[in-house]
Amino acid sequence: MKVIEVHNLCKYFGRFGAVRNLSFEVVKGEIFGFLGANGAGKTTAMRMLCGLLTPTSGKGRVAGFDVYRESEKIKRSIGYMSQKFSLYEDLTTAENLELFGGIYGMGRKEIKAKMAGVIEGLELEAGKALLVGSLPEGVKQKVAFAVSTFHSPEIVFLDEPTAGVDPIARRKFWEMIYEAANRGVTSFVTTHYMDEAEYCNRVSILVDGEVRALASPRELKQKFGASSMQEVFFALAQKAKRGVS
Amino acid sequence: MRALRFLLKKEFLQIFRNKFMVRLIFGLPVIQLSVLPWAATFEHKDIQLCVVDNDRGSYSVRLREKVISSGFFKLSAYRTTYAEALESVEEGESDLILEIPAGFEKRCVNGIASEVMLSVDALNGQKAGLGVLYMGNIIQDFNASVQGEPGNMQAMAVVKPYYKYNLRMHYQNLMVPGVIVVLVSVMGAMLSAMNIVREKEMGTMEQMNVTPVSRSVFILAKLIPFWVIGLVNLSIGMLLSWLIYGLLPSGNMVVIFVFAFFYLLAFTGFGLMISNFAQSQQQAMLVVFFLLVIFILLGGLFTPISSMPGWAQGVATFNPVRYFIEVMRLVYLKGSGFADILPHLLKTGVFLVVFNILAVMGYRKKSM
Repeated sequence: MKVIEVHNLCKYFGRFGAVRNLSFEVVKGEIFGFLGANGAGKTTAMRMLCGLLTPTSGKGRVAGFDVYRESEKIKRSIGYMSQKFSLYEDLTTAENLELFGGIYGMGRKEIKAKMAGVIEGLELEAGKALLVGSLPEGVKQKVAFAVSTFHSPEIVFLDEPTAGVDPIARRKFWEMIYEAANRGVTSFVTTHYMDEAEYCNRVSILVDGEVRALASPRELKQKFGASSMQEVFFALAQKAKRGVS
Repeated sequence: MRALRFLLKKEFLQIFRNKFMVRLIFGLPVIQLSVLPWAATFEHKDIQLCVVDNDRGSYSVRLREKVISSGFFKLSAYRTTYAEALESVEEGESDLILEIPAGFEKRCVNGIASEVMLSVDALNGQKAGLGVLYMGNIIQDFNASVQGEPGNMQAMAVVKPYYKYNLRMHYQNLMVPGVIVVLVSVMGAMLSAMNIVREKEMGTMEQMNVTPVSRSVFILAKLIPFWVIGLVNLSIGMLLSWLIYGLLPSGNMVVIFVFAFFYLLAFTGFGLMISNFAQSQQQAMLVVFFLLVIFILLGGLFTPISSMPGWAQGVATFNPVRYFIEVMRLVYLKGSGFADILPHLLKTGVFLVVFNILAVMGYRKKSM
């Protein structure tokens, strides 16, 4: 079952083509890696899929809803964790979970019942009653993931979720993504860490606003005769004209 | 609407966890009300008076004593000619010259009108105006007492002002209700204007935008807390003005609160509208500051709107603060009821609708 379908999606800011002719499909339960150098258009593309930005042209459906007209319906079906850590730092972990659960239409009882499981599953007991602002970076990241998946979305969009986090916390973070995938949650992840790209089911590499490669990590390495995703990325991203200084 | 409950809980938690905010909400009314009405006085005492007495009779002395004993004037110089007195003004020693003509006493006794000359340094217009006004009253008083004496039978018309509603002309009775309005307006606009733009800066706004929360529910969740704070502030302000100045509305307090109910919704909407359009907290702050200064200066607190030039009166029509100041004074001093403030209420209703529609419209969950 396809949960994201994109066909020739474009976004122009004036004459600048931030994203050009984006076409791909993502199926249910897949972990889809979205790679690209800084300024390649990753965030712009993701914002269009999340209903935060209106595309200039092309077609797109997320969770079965149109990206132009049904963005509010899309928002009901997705979770989003942004690059900048963006939970309420002056609220506790539990209060953040409750708030976002409530916004997505969960009732008080449902929230309470689910909260215990989520807190336990992510080993957040110690930080449950602490203000999020006082938590260490790695724990904040876990909380942000917990919040973005608390309302059981079909798809979760993760924009550089592990930026600035230590390797152990990153490994744990990917374990959470895998657990979510086992529950049937589709993950759409952008990252700069090439070891993380290896964890994805399929990877697309964006260069200057266009998709230059789209396949599983194994296929990509074969195609480019590379031993790691790092080499594949270098081979493609070095040709970029944008963002080179 | 279920989301509203959760959002409101979040807003109140955030406000009360912010120690600065709590201090501001409860501290500002105390400071503003205990300091401002004393500082922003309309009265002028110790106006420096220079006397030029060309008559040197007992009546001149009596007039002079009467002027000094009023408490508004202080004898700064005593000169023999007008030119010398003018020097005293130029040196900044005196504000006002009272010149008594030769033959003053004789004319007074014979009941012939006599002219005394007042020259005033009009550099400070308000001080000059008040000085002349005070002096005029004192001289009129003097006239009356002179005419009442045996042998001085000539009757003269005496103007006797009778101040209605604010019997003793206490400027504080006029200032305090206005200061309360300024207080709730400044708080309402500042706090709400800083709020949404702060979420933009923190990045939490984007997290909100990616949820299915509706624009009006989000704005409502921002509006209600600041509206409640405004009402609390108004109550604190009114309580303090009673404790400090013994001032209670001569009309029904309910009239004030009903008006404030709508006014605060309008004014919080005004702050949120600015917050939505602003890109940073500084920007929001500067815009609010700029508009508040205009609102307050054209609000009739310090200078009456009826004495402003036509164009300024036109601008003042679009000033929400002005209507609340008028309502407060009407209810506090004149005891006006709902029927009297209906026009004010209707105009505030227009502000309420316009500001809040713009606040909701200005909030975009999706950019182009």
